[in-house]
Amino acid sequence: MALPQPKLAATEARLAGLSLPQGGWAEPARRDALARLQAMGLPARRDEYWRFTRPDALNAPDAAEAAVLEADEAPIFGTLDRLCLVFVDGVFDAEASDDPALDGVQIDRLANARDTDLHWARDIYGVLEQRGQTPVARPFAALNTAFATDGMLIRVTRTPVRPIHLVYLHRDRGSDAILHHVVRVEAGASATIIESGPAAARFNKCVEIDLADTAKLHHIRAQGRDHERSAVTHMFTRLGSESVFKSFTLTMNGRLTRNEMVVELTGDDAIAHVAGACVGDGDFLHDDTVFVTHDAVGCESRQVFKKVLRNGATGVFQGKILVKAGAQKTDGYQISQSLLLDDDSQFLAKPELEIYADDVACSHGSTSGAIDETALFYLRARGVTRAEATDLLTLAFLAEAVDEIEDETLRSEIVSRLDAWLVRRRS
Amino acid sequence: MLEIKNLHVKLEEENKQILKGVNLTVEAGKVHAIMGPNGSGKSTLSYVLAGRGGYEVTDGSATLGGEDLLALEPEERAALGLFLAFQYPVEIPGVGNMTFLRTAVNAQRKARGEAELSAADFLKLVREKAKSLQIDAEMLKRPVNVGFSGGEKKRNEILQMAMLEPKMCILDETDSGLDVDAMKLVADGVNALRDKGRGFLVITHYQRLLDHIRPDVVHIMADGRIVKTGGPELALVVEQNGYADILAEVA
Repeated sequence: MALPQPKLAATEARLAGLSLPQGGWAEPARRDALARLQAMGLPARRDEYWRFTRPDALNAPDAAEAAVLEADEAPIFGTLDRLCLVFVDGVFDAEASDDPALDGVQIDRLANARDTDLHWARDIYGVLEQRGQTPVARPFAALNTAFATDGMLIRVTRTPVRPIHLVYLHRDRGSDAILHHVVRVEAGASATIIESGPAAARFNKCVEIDLADTAKLHHIRAQGRDHERSAVTHMFTRLGSESVFKSFTLTMNGRLTRNEMVVELTGDDAIAHVAGACVGDGDFLHDDTVFVTHDAVGCESRQVFKKVLRNGATGVFQGKILVKAGAQKTDGYQISQSLLLDDDSQFLAKPELEIYADDVACSHGSTSGAIDETALFYLRARGVTRAEATDLLTLAFLAEAVDEIEDETLRSEIVSRLDAWLVRRRS
Repeated sequence: MLEIKNLHVKLEEENKQILKGVNLTVEAGKVHAIMGPNGSGKSTLSYVLAGRGGYEVTDGSATLGGEDLLALEPEERAALGLFLAFQYPVEIPGVGNMTFLRTAVNAQRKARGEAELSAADFLKLVREKAKSLQIDAEMLKRPVNVGFSGGEKKRNEILQMAMLEPKMCILDETDSGLDVDAMKLVADGVNALRDKGRGFLVITHYQRLLDHIRPDVVHIMADGRIVKTGGPELALVVEQNGYADILAEVA
C-alpha cells in the first residue's frame, strides 16, 4: 500500500540524510529494516499510536540543538563497582571505558563486529525488532536497525560479578545519535545492565534482549537531565520459560522522551516487570508506551509507571497487555498514575487489555491527582515545612515504582536523585 | 500558655459561623477538658488552633506564650510548641513511620535553631518512648498509620507527642474508637507527659477518658461558645445527666 504523500515526503526527507552501513553479517538485516521503514513510513500526528506525542522533532532530518547540562552532581552510579562502557554523542569511547573483559560475559562492539561471525547476534539483530512491528508499527525502531552506527553486543553466559554500565555522554550540542544493542542471556545466566545519560541532543536507541530459559536480566536506566534533549527508545525483550526480566527507568527533564517497551513472554512461567518514574517541569513530554504479549502458560507481567508533573509538563502512558489464546494462568498487572503539582500539567493515558484466554487474572488502573491536602496538613502540623512535606509526599507517590528495583544500592541511588531534583525545585 | 479571646470562626466556603466568641486560657502545668455535644465546635477549635485550611477567623485572637498563633503557618505553630493529636490520624502510604518521626523532630529542631538529632540518638529515643506505649519495631517500620488499628493510630499520636515534647497539647477525641485497655494505655502515655511547663486541652464527648487523665478545669462547649466552666465534678454531672440540663440552665 502506497504511503500517503505527507508521510512519504517526511520519510524521504529523513532518509536523505542517512547512509546505510555497508558490509558484514548485519547488512541484510539493515536492508530488511529499511524496506520495513519505507513501507510503514515515519509516524504522523494522525496515527493512533502517536495521538498524544508529536513525532515532529524525531522525524526532522536534523536534530534540534540541545544545550549540554553542566554537571552539578556526581555521575549517577559512579561509586558502584561496575564495568563501564562509555559512548560520547553516540560513539563508543574505548579510552574512557573499562576493559570489556569480564568473566561470564562476552562483549563486542557493533561497529567492529561487522566481519566477525557472531551468529548469536545475527539471530537476534533486527529479528526481535521485526517481531515487535506487529500489530503496531514502530518506525523509529526500524530506522534504528537500518542505520545504527554503534552499539554493544552483549552475550551473558554465566553470572558476571559486576553490572555492565552503558554510559551515554552528551558533549556536542548538535549531536544526533543512533545506537543499537543486542543482549542475549543464556540459560541459567544472570546479569544487571545499567544505562545512564542523555547520549546526544537527539537520541534513537534500540535494545533487543533475548532471554533463554531460566535466564535473568535486571535493567536500570537513568535518562539524562539535559533539558532540551529528545529521545526515542525501544526495548524488545523476548522471554523463554522461567526467565525473569526486571526493568526500571528514571526520567528527569528532557524536552521529549518516548520510551517503548515491547515484551514478549514466549516460554511458560516467565516473569516480566517493567517500571518507570518520571519527574517533569515545564517544557517536558514523557511518553511510556508499553506492549506486553503473553504467549505462554503461567507467566506474570507487571507494569508500574508513575509521573510527577508541574509547570505545564505532559505525561503520556499507552500500555497494553495482550493475552493470546492458550496463555492460561496469566497474571497481568498494570498501573499508571500521575501526580499533577499544578493545574497546567496534564496526563494522557490509554490503558488496554486484550484477552483471548479464559483462565487469566489481569487488572489495570490509571489515576491522576494532586497532593493530598489532608496528608499535607498532618505533616505540617508536626512541624514539617510545606516544601519538605510536599517533597515527602511526592517521593511517597513515586515509591511504588521505585520499589520495583530489587537492589537496595541501586534503589537508594535513584531515590537520592529524585530527592535532589525536588530540592532543586523548591521555591 | 494558651490564650483564646473572643474567637469567631466561620467556614471559608460557606457563610456558616462555627465559633461564636470562644474565651479560654490554659495555664502551664494544667489540664483543661472541653466537653460538649456533637456540632458544638470542639473539633473546629482544635483545627483552627493547629492551622488547618478551610476556616476563616472573623474576630478574636489566639496566642501561645504571647505569640499570635493565627498569623503563623501550621509548621511554625508546631515549632512554637503546639501539638494536635488528631481525632482521625491520617494514613500516609509510602512514608515510613520512622522517617516521618525523624523528619518532624528534626524540622522542629531546625526551626528552633537547634542541632538535628543524630540517627543513633534518634533511634535510641524512639525505642525508649515507643516501648512504654507498646509500639513495636514493626509498627515503626510500616508506612504512617497505614493498616493500623484504631488503638495503634492513637498510640502513634501519643508517640509523636512524646517525641516532639510540645508545650501545649491538644487532644481531639483521643478516646474515640478505643477500648478500655487501649484508652488506659493512651492515658498513661499522656499522664507521663504531664509537667509543670506543659499545658493540655483534652477534647472529649465522654467523662470516661477523664477518669484516666484527671483534668484541673472542665469546660462545656455548646453552639460555638464555652457556656460553663467548673472543676472535675462538672464532667460527672454530664456523665449522669447529659448535656440537656446544663444547656437549659445557661439558655
